[in-house]
Amino acid sequence: MKELSLNILDVTENSVSAGAKNIEVSLIEDEKGLLTLTIGDNGCGMTPEVVKSVIDPFYTTRTTRKVGLGVPLLKMAAEQTGGSIDIKSEVGVGTTVTATFDTKSIDFTPIGDMVSTMTTLIMGAPDRDFEYIHRKPGAEVTLSTLQLREVLGDVSLGEPEIIAWIKDYLTEQYNNFGGTN
Amino acid sequence: MKSLAELAAIRDKMKNKVAIRDSETGTRIVVGMATCGIAAGARPVLAQFVEEVANAGLSDAITVTQTGCIGICQYEPVVEVYEAGKDKVTYVKMDVDKAKRVFAEHIQGGRIVTEYTMDNK
Ligand SMILES: Nc1ncnc2c1ncn2[C@@H]1O[C@H](COP(=O)(O)OP(=O)(O)O)[C@@H](O)[C@H]1O
Ligand SMILES: [Mg+2]
Repeated sequence: MKELSLNILDVTENSVSAGAKNIEVSLIEDEKGLLTLTIGDNGCGMTPEVVKSVIDPFYTTRTTRKVGLGVPLLKMAAEQTGGSIDIKSEVGVGTTVTATFDTKSIDFTPIGDMVSTMTTLIMGAPDRDFEYIHRKPGAEVTLSTLQLREVLGDVSLGEPEIIAWIKDYLTEQYNNFGGTN
Repeated sequence: MKSLAELAAIRDKMKNKVAIRDSETGTRIVVGMATCGIAAGARPVLAQFVEEVANAGLSDAITVTQTGCIGICQYEPVVEVYEAGKDKVTYVKMDVDKAKRVFAEHIQGGRIVTEYTMDNK
């Protein structure tokens, strides 16, 4: 994918499909240029066999079904920088995908437009709660739909007017963030 | 700076407007957002349709939704248009400029942009 934010959109859609009520997306950059991406959910979870087949689509067993390329693409993006991917999952509890990246590597895919990724996710699943944080030394961007929902009452997060506000809210925070990788 | 107070004001304005979204007569624009679609550029296409609908003030009549893999990955980004009483129209290999044209000519003007449809490929 051209931007890491597109991988993040794609893999976070899996959490939505898994029926998660709460989804956490976090991007933490340290002073050495190590970036840690975490996508956590309380969706249906996966058995260890399914986790294996999701990471490596060529690993198949009788019980696993056809799987996509979303996670392998994220894995590739991480590994080509010297980073790695890890999936912790438990059936009935949820899943956490963690990927690390060396942002100084020439093969690091730029993070890109996280504002579009978050608004696309919220538009597509306005009934779920997203906790978003992007932090680097000295700056951070955050969004909690739970907090917005308290203000909104029964007005949906997916209304175009609300999405437009969220877009501006995040864009403003990114203007003070000092650019992303 | 965007504040929660401003969000509350938007909420109040919306509460006053009666929702008359009619799924029977309304138009639905569906954008494929699976891995294949996202990789091929579906995110900005979706955003363009959302913006067009908002700018035209048509959010009560037209909904823009996302779906998974439509099964024709080589034609992504794929956009389907559903209008009451009409056959579904499938647009393929979409981009932002094509989305602008489909919105103006088809959604607003009622003329299918056959150049971009599935059957034309
Ligand atoms: N967070 C998750 N929770 C539960 N199941 C998941 C999760 N992520 C992936 N999966 C499972 O792995 C499968 C493959 O995921 P993916 O490679 O993204 O392909 P796709 O989304 O196209 O099915 C999913 O269909 C789902 O069964
Ligand atoms: Mg997926």
